Amino acid sequence: MEELEELARRCRVHIVNMVYKAQAGHPGGSLSEIDLLAALYKTQLRVRPNEPQWEDRDRFVLSKGHASPGMYAILAEMGFITVEDLDSYRVLGGICQGHVDMKWCPGVDFSAGSLGMGLSFGMGSAIAGRLENSARQVYVMLGDGEIQEGSVWEAAMAAAHHELGNLNVILDRNRIQNDDFCETQMRMFDIPAKWRSFGWNVKEINGHDMSEIVDGLNFLGTSNDGPSILIAHTVKGNGISYMADNPAFHGAAPNDEQYQQAMLELGEVSA
Amino acid sequence: MSKMGATRDGYGEALLQLASNPKVVVLEADLGKSTKSLHFRKAHPERTVSCGIGEQNMLLVGAGLAASGFIPFASTFAIFTERAFEQMRNGVARPNLAVHVCGSHGGTHTGTDGSSAQSIEDLAIYRTLPNVTVLHPSDTVSTRELTIQLAASSCPSYMRTARNKTPVLYEGREDEIKIGKGIKLREGTDVAIIACGVMVSQSLKAAEILAEEGIHATVVDMHTLKPLDSELINELVASCGALVTAEDHNIIGGLGGAVAEHLVSNTLAPLERIGVNDRFGESGQADEMLEVMKISTPYIAAAAKRAMARKS
Ligand SMILES: Cc1ncc(C[n+]2csc(CCOP(=O)(O)OP(=O)(O)O)c2C)c(N)n1
Repeated sequence: MEELEELARRCRVHIVNMVYKAQAGHPGGSLSEIDLLAALYKTQLRVRPNEPQWEDRDRFVLSKGHASPGMYAILAEMGFITVEDLDSYRVLGGICQGHVDMKWCPGVDFSAGSLGMGLSFGMGSAIAGRLENSARQVYVMLGDGEIQEGSVWEAAMAAAHHELGNLNVILDRNRIQNDDFCETQMRMFDIPAKWRSFGWNVKEINGHDMSEIVDGLNFLGTSNDGPSILIAHTVKGNGISYMADNPAFHGAAPNDEQYQQAMLELGEVSA
Repeated sequence: MSKMGATRDGYGEALLQLASNPKVVVLEADLGKSTKSLHFRKAHPERTVSCGIGEQNMLLVGAGLAASGFIPFASTFAIFTERAFEQMRNGVARPNLAVHVCGSHGGTHTGTDGSSAQSIEDLAIYRTLPNVTVLHPSDTVSTRELTIQLAASSCPSYMRTARNKTPVLYEGREDEIKIGKGIKLREGTDVAIIACGVMVSQSLKAAEILAEEGIHATVVDMHTLKPLDSELINELVASCGALVTAEDHNIIGGLGGAVAEHLVSNTLAPLERIGVNDRFGESGQADEMLEVMKISTPYIAAAAKRAMARKS
């Protein structure tokens, strides 16, 4: 657990570095998802960093493709890309494009950036795995604002209809979207009940508690009678006090002073 | 020409001015901070409808409002309006309901967000829809004026605005701005450069470079792509005899396409088209993107010379 927590801390440092250097990008949703990504890559995903296109790998789809700093951070820690590659985030010609892109970056399975597309893509990947009698699992990370897109529910209904036990969703329930809190923008009422009524296995966890996360990921890996969703209650901007639960840091970079403070809070420098 | 502004800000200002008309309603899809409808939302929350992240729903909610006598203005990024293209086609354009769609962050000039956010096809696709007025203004003032004029229109519309700042061109010249009428910003008889959006100021700079070489170019801001100002194009063919179009959009189907379509059915004249050469964008700063896409000032100037060389 401590190892996972340390991994996630290093990833948080990468995330803040990337958006600070680019003076653009999406720290909030990267920091809320990162504990989940760290545990997913370390404990669940069957992938080969030195063979990113390995056919029988598990698939991971970051459907909320703007939260790319989080994904690039874990890809660097896993060895798919180098830590130096992270400096190319949002830089002309860099492999770390603004939104995750399968044509640019090794280890990225889907080109995202338009919300509400990843679950349908994941469903196609899951059907492909079934047709090939492969044991591979497909994981799709969705944002809570993202599930307001109607296309998500077309895919949710279809995945249950086709009993895709190898399809798994992790929902980053950080309660904030672009302009404001979800509660103001579009109330979603009982999210677990919605997924249950669509025929999904549902489990809720605290998305910043490593032992709950590991349990939750095991649930996804073992409940294979139909599609499953892990609803992870998270805090947008988690780990940096002034970003935490603050809609202003959905898509804004820290200034010099804020950057120093972030490095202090992440234990990179001492006071 | 030193004052700068982003056209999306002109849109935000116009909505505020339009608010005195109680029939004006604003629809949002979680990008009000970016498209600048947020100012209207703050002032008139009761007439602002949040549709969440749901563009398809938003456009047809607009259709329902328009059919009930309201004047809906709906905005999101240009690229995400496209997700609701069929709603726009069948539910808005076909019944000719005056829903006004604004797509901000159009073109590769949008910058580091990368290719998923850089719409390079919006102008082309909306131009193919009967009844729909298609606009792409070049500065904050013209964006504001055109948006205000749209409120009085009985047809649906699509207007692209840009994320990043460009020179303000029309301060004090508001009465020159009319839907459907291109504006001559500079006159010369050697070649005519017809541009829209962020490419208008690039074209003005190209004309300056050409002038240093003794070439006199007319520069037109063709802020309305549909209906196209065909009278003005005929006039340019007669006075200059060679044309260049310049747009931050795919070379296929946009302003260059519209002008080419007009020319082949009327008087032929040499035409060179500057635009994105049928490829997707990538992450880069706004100015860098114009270079990478080969659509910045020097490319326009070179195209002008090519067009002139083709005069018979
Ligand atoms: C189809 C589409 N509409 C709008 C956007 C613009 N946008 C980017 S991020 C975002 C908010 C996303 O909120 P959420 O899914 O909750 O992500 P998170 O909070 O985890 O960052 C919006 C509206 C988009 N990328 N795609």
